[in-house]
Amino acid sequence: MIQLLNTVLIGITAGGIYSLMAISMVLVWRSTRVINFAQAGMALLSTYFGYEAMVRLDSFWIALPVAMLGGALFAALIEVVFMRLLVKHSSSGPIASVAPIIATLGLLGVIRAVVSMIWGAQDVRIVGPLSNDGFSVGGETLVFSPLKLLILISVMVLMLLLSLLFQKTNIGLALRASAYAPEIARLSGVKVDLVRTMGWALAGAAGAVAGMFQTVNGNGNLSPDSIEFSLLLVSGFIAAVIGGLESLVGAVIGGLLLGILISFVLMYISSALFFIAPFLILLVVLFIRPQGIIGAKAGRRA
Amino acid sequence: MSLNVSNLTVHHGAICAINQLSIAVPTGKLAAIIGSNGAGKTTLLRTLSGLNKPTSGTINWMGESISGVKAEKLVRKGISHVSEGKSVVPELSVRENLLLGAIWRKDNKEAKQSLEEVISIFPRLGERIEQRSDTLSGGERQMLAIGRAIMSKPKLLLLDEPSLGLAPLVVEQIFQSIRDLANNMQLTVLLVEQNAMGALKIADLGIVLNLGKVVAVNHAQALIDDPAVRAAYLGY
Repeated sequence: MIQLLNTVLIGITAGGIYSLMAISMVLVWRSTRVINFAQAGMALLSTYFGYEAMVRLDSFWIALPVAMLGGALFAALIEVVFMRLLVKHSSSGPIASVAPIIATLGLLGVIRAVVSMIWGAQDVRIVGPLSNDGFSVGGETLVFSPLKLLILISVMVLMLLLSLLFQKTNIGLALRASAYAPEIARLSGVKVDLVRTMGWALAGAAGAVAGMFQTVNGNGNLSPDSIEFSLLLVSGFIAAVIGGLESLVGAVIGGLLLGILISFVLMYISSALFFIAPFLILLVVLFIRPQGIIGAKAGRRA
Repeated sequence: MSLNVSNLTVHHGAICAINQLSIAVPTGKLAAIIGSNGAGKTTLLRTLSGLNKPTSGTINWMGESISGVKAEKLVRKGISHVSEGKSVVPELSVRENLLLGAIWRKDNKEAKQSLEEVISIFPRLGERIEQRSDTLSGGERQMLAIGRAIMSKPKLLLLDEPSLGLAPLVVEQIFQSIRDLANNMQLTVLLVEQNAMGALKIADLGIVLNLGKVVAVNHAQALIDDPAVRAAYLGY
C-alpha cells in the first residue's frame, strides 16, 4: 500500500515537471507552429542562469525567478532574431514547413556547445531549498520527500497562475485568439507578432522552472550534456503529444499521466527501463493515438 | 467624402486582382459592392482593412493616407472588417469573441457599455454568451462576427458576404440589422455581396465591380432599375 502511494506521488512530481516542459512546447507550437527541440537547450541555459544566481545569492527562491526571467528573455530573443528571419527566408519550397523545426535541432546543439564553453563540461551543483530525504511513515522511509512535495505544490501554483492568465486576462485572450485565428486577432487590433514573442517568452519561463526542478529533483548536478535534460525534452514532447499538442490542459494531463506511468514501470517492472520507458511510451502513443489521448477538439478550450 | 480610393492596384502574386480602381464613399452612407466572382470585391475590402498590401494607388480615410498601414493599426482608426465566412474564433466563447473586438480599447467602462449594446442589438448572443462560438448557428455566428466588429467602435464597417450560406429569412434579418446599425451609429459601410438584390435594397449607393475595375456607380435604387445591371447581376 505504501509502495503504491509512493509510486503515485513520485510519478505526480516528475509528471508535474514534464507538464511544465509540455506547456512550453505547446505554447511555442500554438504561437508559431514550431516543435521546438531547442526547448531543452533553452531550459538548460536558464538553469545555468539560476545556478549563477545561486552562487551569488545562495537562495533557490531568488534563483528560480532569475532563471525564469533569463529563460523568458532568451526565448523572446530567439523568436525575434532567429525564428522570424528563418521563417521569412524559408517561406517556399519543400523545406519550408520543416526548416524551422530542423533549425531548432541545430539551435539545441549550439546552445549546449556554448553552455559548455562558458561553464565547462564538468558538473555544477544546485541545492534544492528543502531536503530530498524521504518522509518516514510508520517506520518506513518513502522516496517522496519534502522537496518533492514543494515541487509538486509549486508546479500546481504555477499552473493555476498560468490558467488564470489565459482565461481571465486580455493577454490570455490575445494569446488564444492569435493561436487559433491570427487574422481575426489582427482585425481586432491584436499585435500578433508581439503576442507570438510573448508566447515564446512564457514558454522560456516555464521551461526554466522545469529545468530548475528537474535538476534539484534529480541529484542536483547540472552539466551541458546532462541526460536529465534530454529526458526532460523527450518527456515534455511526449506529454504534449499525449495532450494533443494544442491544449495547455492536455499538456498538464499528459505530463501527469506520463510521470505516473513511468513511475509504475520503474517500480513494478524494472528500474533498468529508466532511459527506455519514455521513448517506448512515445512510440506507443504515436502508433495508437497520434492525435493525442485528450483529443484536439475537447482540449482546445484553454 | 470620408473614404477616398484612387487608382488602387493590388496584386496576388502575378495576378492583378484590382486594377486602377477609384471609389469615394461619403460619411454615413451604406455602399453595396456587387460583382461576379473574381471581380476583386474581397481583395478590395482586405486592402482597405490592411490585410493585403496595395501595389500602387492611394487610400484616404478621414483625410489621412492609410494605404499599406497594418490591420492592427487601422482598427484603432475606426476601420472594422468582418472577413468572409463568419469571422469568429470558433474555440472562444461568445463573450470572449466580443471582448476580443474591444481588446485594444483603453476605455474599459465604455467597452462594457458596447457589450451591452451589442447584446441589445442581437439578443440571441446574450442568451448564448458563455457558449463556445462553434456551437452557434450560421446566422448567430454572423451576428457574432458583426458584434465583434462593433465592439471595436468602428466608423467604417467592411462586411464581406454576411449572407453567405444563410437561410433567406436569416439573410433578411442580417441585412435589416446592418441597415439599422448604419443608421443608429452613423456608420459608413461597405457591404460586399453576391446577393446583389438584397444588398442594393438596403444600400444608399451601389458600386459594380468587374475584373478589378469599377464599371458602374449609382444610387442603389437606380442600379436596381438599370436594365444592364439587372440582366448581369440581378438575374432578371
